[in-house]
Amino acid sequence: MAQTTLAKALNNGLRAAMERDPKVIVMGEDVGKLGGVYRVTDGLQKDFGEQRVLDTPLAESGIIGTAVGLAIRGFRPVCEIQFDGFVFPGFDQIVSQLAKLHYRSQGKVKVPVVVRIPFGGGIGAVEHHSESPESYFAHAAGLKVVACSNPADAYWMIQQAIASDDPVIFFEPKRRYWEKGEIDLDAEPHPLFASRVVRPGSTLTVATYGPMLKTCLAAASAAESDGHELEVIDLRTLSPLDLDPVLESVRRTGHLVVVAEAPSESSITSEVVARVQQAAFYSLEAPVLRVTGFDTPYPPSKCEEDYLPDLDRVLDAVDRSLAW
Amino acid sequence: MSVPQDWTPPTAGSQDSRPSREHVVAGLKATDEGDPELVQLLTPEGERVADPRFDKYATDVDVDALRSLYRDLVLVRRFDREGNALQRQGQLGIWVPLLGQEAAQIGAGRAMAPQDMAFPSYREHGVAWTRGIDPTDLLGIFRGTDHGSWDPKATRFHLYTIVIGNQVLNAAGYAMGQKFEGKVGDGPDSEATICFFGDGATSQGDVHEGFVWAAVYDAPVVFYCQNNQWAISEPTERQSRVPLYKRATGYGFPGIRVDGNDVLACLAVTRWALEECRSGNGPVLIEAFTYRMDAHTTSDDPSRYRLADELELWKLKDPIERVRVNLVREHGVGQEFFDGVQAESDELAARFREFCVNMPQPAPDRMFSQVYAEPSPLIEAQRAEFLDYHASFEGV
Ligand SMILES: Cc1ncc(C[n+]2csc(CCOP(=O)(O)OP(=O)(O)O)c2C)c(N)n1
Repeated sequence: MAQTTLAKALNNGLRAAMERDPKVIVMGEDVGKLGGVYRVTDGLQKDFGEQRVLDTPLAESGIIGTAVGLAIRGFRPVCEIQFDGFVFPGFDQIVSQLAKLHYRSQGKVKVPVVVRIPFGGGIGAVEHHSESPESYFAHAAGLKVVACSNPADAYWMIQQAIASDDPVIFFEPKRRYWEKGEIDLDAEPHPLFASRVVRPGSTLTVATYGPMLKTCLAAASAAESDGHELEVIDLRTLSPLDLDPVLESVRRTGHLVVVAEAPSESSITSEVVARVQQAAFYSLEAPVLRVTGFDTPYPPSKCEEDYLPDLDRVLDAVDRSLAW
Repeated sequence: MSVPQDWTPPTAGSQDSRPSREHVVAGLKATDEGDPELVQLLTPEGERVADPRFDKYATDVDVDALRSLYRDLVLVRRFDREGNALQRQGQLGIWVPLLGQEAAQIGAGRAMAPQDMAFPSYREHGVAWTRGIDPTDLLGIFRGTDHGSWDPKATRFHLYTIVIGNQVLNAAGYAMGQKFEGKVGDGPDSEATICFFGDGATSQGDVHEGFVWAAVYDAPVVFYCQNNQWAISEPTERQSRVPLYKRATGYGFPGIRVDGNDVLACLAVTRWALEECRSGNGPVLIEAFTYRMDAHTTSDDPSRYRLADELELWKLKDPIERVRVNLVREHGVGQEFFDGVQAESDELAARFREFCVNMPQPAPDRMFSQVYAEPSPLIEAQRAEFLDYHASFEGV
């Protein structure tokens, strides 16, 4: 397949899933005629009709809550939340119903709902349009949480998430929507709930996900000129975390830097640190360092360059780790 | 509950009263444009029409007051257009236009007493104007230097709220506070609250809950819904099967629809509603029936969903033009006045622009300020680390 943007890859993935299974429906605000504010659902309503691509009333609790009901009835709803900061009106339905129904019914009720959330900053937006709320969901037992980082993964992961019988919170790095990549349709897709070594290296391990993957890969290229071989791992699955590749890597490199846009306190990155030190304590030659957003509300966009981890901050952490 | 004398409580919408899908222009569906309940004091042709229910709330609007309303409308439209242009020129990250909604906002805003409190959504630049907020104070949000720079307490105009419907509960709570403090009644210092939101917002749970709270605590709050026909790409019929104002009945308070392009009607109806609230008879729902003449925001592309016909139809109902025509025809106001307002609006636009392009970049550690009211060791440690890191680049 030719070079495709991440947004288009998701669109193609959704289309493939809808063609495969008539029970897959897409629902959310502006997903129909407009094709979503990021055009991820562009053209789907035209091709699949208004009953499979629902322009919903403007209510996130309604979107998630009715998706749960549709799922109980046998549908596989894919909900779009317009922006990260707007998932909270639907949070109650996500944590109270979506996450718990399978457990409460002891498996008698399945709720294969996918909740797509464009997340993260770097697009110069106003409040509530740049947040990284993934840790809230990872903290809720019963949900699976994944984040794609590139077009090929986006294409496969969305289909795998829809095929999963569990509810999946699906994070899309909005500032990477327009970035292109190759999708090999003949390749066997990487499993959904597995992380992946994206760039092998032997000096230090960098673990990251979503929008920060690109930043970390750039840092790895830059570090090369200093003679450092960074191994970059895309976590991909945030709950359950798949730390085996990270542990294997850390046992070789002895150094780990974890990078994410979200604030640091009680987050995915804290979880990675806690588990790695527990499982690979004697392999570590330096404390695990984190490069994250700060523990402030997402700032006005003129400050976001300072707020978001960038190449320099990643390299600074790499230097500190290696100098330990 | 006291209502104007010949007020007829709105009847619940029946299914048959819904226009058929085929017959109505997309944006007007399910909204009963020709509803006889629509309050109007100034026709689109600029003719003053009598309304036995609401005339008494506009008797003081003489020619000077009308000129003043006209000036408000023109100046607000002017800086709104400038905001749009500044975004196109890369000076603003985004702009949320109010084109077409000037009368709905000026009428409501000018109906407020100084002690009343307003809770806006994010498009209420005209209401901000009536609260004495300088338009330049709105710029930081859209340029990305702050989340709202005015003082909500001093101006009695809360910060803009972007999460749809969130502010409706906050307004209900604020109004409950006014009531608990004994600020409703006939006294000179009695207060009310007004809360602004869109037609799409009426689908949110928060808005429904806000209605419930306000009703059961008799909170003095006017819910002011600007039905501009669209929630981004979704027409009102995607949110409701009945005209929105009719929903109020189900909560037990009056709902009324006013011509949102008629500044006089918006003023009169909002005055009535605020008085109801101040005197203890609130809440009230007002549906200002209007139209978003521009895109939802500068990031939106309405050509993907909106019909050109519809836009043309609403151009004929322009809120400013009808006041101008009325001033000329019924009050003999001469060109000099209009030229004066025009000149003033150009000055405002120039000042707005200059302020915008010269806005300073926030200090790098601005993001750490005021996260908590009390000291936070975590934030202070992060700030110190950040400043050290920043300093390490100096002289590099
Ligand atoms: C909770 C929430 N969900 C989604 C959005 C994204 N969004 C911003 S404005 C908008 C449409 C709002 O329509 P309406 O309430 O009619 O107000 P209008 O902008 O037309 O004045 C949407 C969906 C949001 N801001 N908040």
